[in-house]
Amino acid sequence: MPPDSQKGESMNTGRRGFFGRGLAVGGIAALAVQHPKIAAASGGLDGKPLEVPDWTKMLGPGVTAAPYGSPSEFEKNVVRRNVPWLTVSEQASINFTPLHELDGIITPSGLCFERHHGGVPAIEPDLHRLVIHGMVRQPLVFTMSDLVRFPSVSRIHFLECPANGGMEWKGAQMAGVQFSHGMVHCCEWTGVRLSTLLDEAGVATGAKWLLAEGADAAAMTRSIPLDKALDDVIVAYSQNGERIRPEQGYPLRLIVPGWEGNVQVKWLRRIKLGDRPWQHREETSKYTDLMPDGKARQFTFVQEANSVITAPCPEKPLQAKGAYEVRGIAWSGRGKISRVDVSLDGGANWQSAELQTPVLDKCLTRFRLPWRWQGEPVFLQSRAIDETGYVQPTIEQLRHVRGVNSVYHKNSIHTWRVNQDGSIDNVQIL
Amino acid sequence: MSRFSSFVLAAAGLLAASVAAAQQRGYGIGHKITDAQIAPWNIDIGGEDGKGLPPGKGSVAQGEKLFIEQCASCHGEFGEGNGRWPELMGGQGTLKDADPRKTIGSFWPWAPTIFDYVRRTMPFTAPQSLSNDETYAIVAYLLNINDLLPADGVLDAKSLAAIKMPNRDGFIVGDPRPDVKAEPCMKDCKQGQVKVLSDLAKSLGVTPDQKPKD
Repeated sequence: MPPDSQKGESMNTGRRGFFGRGLAVGGIAALAVQHPKIAAASGGLDGKPLEVPDWTKMLGPGVTAAPYGSPSEFEKNVVRRNVPWLTVSEQASINFTPLHELDGIITPSGLCFERHHGGVPAIEPDLHRLVIHGMVRQPLVFTMSDLVRFPSVSRIHFLECPANGGMEWKGAQMAGVQFSHGMVHCCEWTGVRLSTLLDEAGVATGAKWLLAEGADAAAMTRSIPLDKALDDVIVAYSQNGERIRPEQGYPLRLIVPGWEGNVQVKWLRRIKLGDRPWQHREETSKYTDLMPDGKARQFTFVQEANSVITAPCPEKPLQAKGAYEVRGIAWSGRGKISRVDVSLDGGANWQSAELQTPVLDKCLTRFRLPWRWQGEPVFLQSRAIDETGYVQPTIEQLRHVRGVNSVYHKNSIHTWRVNQDGSIDNVQIL
Repeated sequence: MSRFSSFVLAAAGLLAASVAAAQQRGYGIGHKITDAQIAPWNIDIGGEDGKGLPPGKGSVAQGEKLFIEQCASCHGEFGEGNGRWPELMGGQGTLKDADPRKTIGSFWPWAPTIFDYVRRTMPFTAPQSLSNDETYAIVAYLLNINDLLPADGVLDAKSLAAIKMPNRDGFIVGDPRPDVKAEPCMKDCKQGQVKVLSDLAKSLGVTPDQKPKD
């Protein structure tokens, strides 16, 4: 079909579509089907003059065509994914953030990995309550409108499931960064300091721990030391500027900066103070680290420094020789990232990458390094160092101490093998 | 009234308000609540001492019947685990093995924790539907299939808190990390060729396809 007749037809239905059908079925979807030339256009790559595309020659949808906006129709591949064989139920399961599709340090709320133990509850905020009791002077109950009246705080923090990377203790298994590292996200969280609420109830002498409990079908509980609760824990009601997404704990969750995701209890309904940990299922049977001698470490809360290169990666192979930017993310539960080194030769030689500023405490930190690929095989690695001087270890160093059955807290240096055809493999090397 | 005197009155009012605020702790936001009001949510059991275990009791025999009706479809009639659903028995002596089996009997350190977990979140599709007696009975059966309670056993708050789990001393409390100390070497950190230990990720076929879920 000659380009002009296609264009004319498209223009015609386009006008009608927008003002008629478009309004009825949703402007964006209607517009997308009005551009049949997208695949055919060569866009100047064939030596011919550029064409003026249809979308430049017709009106698009007006304001509020999408009262709550969505990503472009052409970004449908940018989604969370789960690994069906990993869990037997989708209600007690996990999915993964598409790290290979993201830039900067903020994870869009709809792409934050999900970990649920009993599915996502649909909580009416007007009916939601937070109870604080146990070893306090005065037990209190708060409504959501009570909680937003308190002095508020906003902080940008990463949140990582301690099982991130846990499928790879015994060897490289997942052919993609989404699955090897996608149990992490980073958002701005707004809420009230837990210390403010505890002060309101009055902490009794002798209280040393608290139990946080969710309102979901798992009524998820974790014990948290009072010292941490009074330090920097937030009872959050907003995520990236709007109310928290249902999957992330709407209407209320704990943010426990730098600590494993499981203690950052979602759908928070109750905080009880006591003099010892509760020894509940998620802090004994689960979320403990089994060592080679058969003993399990308990209350290993901090997420140690970690990093991964997100470009290139298996999902984003190199298309041609030439200039690239090696990009990735680093984070530490102990504070700020102070340096990230990148190796192109499997760890023999390293160079320090540029860190995107501001570098924040217990927050994803983006690193970048210019690179020119000549078509040779490369072993790409990144190594994070945090402000305590902690250096991200190799997988062999971790396995030497912890064996391969601890499930949680695998934060080793990750290796991508760049093959001569530009494809990228997940490998483990010595 | 002059502007001056109304200012004085307003200032006096503010002073009174701030005195009231000083007497009342914090911001005065939130509502008092009694233990009786909290009771329906106050379901946590202390794992170590059984604090919070309710009155009531249940036998192994009652538990077996309930377990087969309400639990066995996932966990198997004897807690062996149906398909990939969790196994709840056995595994003792496997924690150092290449494939350790972490079950109630082999791994859980505190018996009251079983009551807490079963009551708050089981059965999986109907959590918090079991009565306290039913929960005691199911916990009794779980202990029985792990050889921790005889077949004619009956469980209540006192007897459950008295049970010593086989792996009670199997935990290292407190975080020994950082337990690995790496050096940030920059030049000539390794000699010789890179040795690949594992590169099967692409061929294992366990990575989901990358198409969006419709």
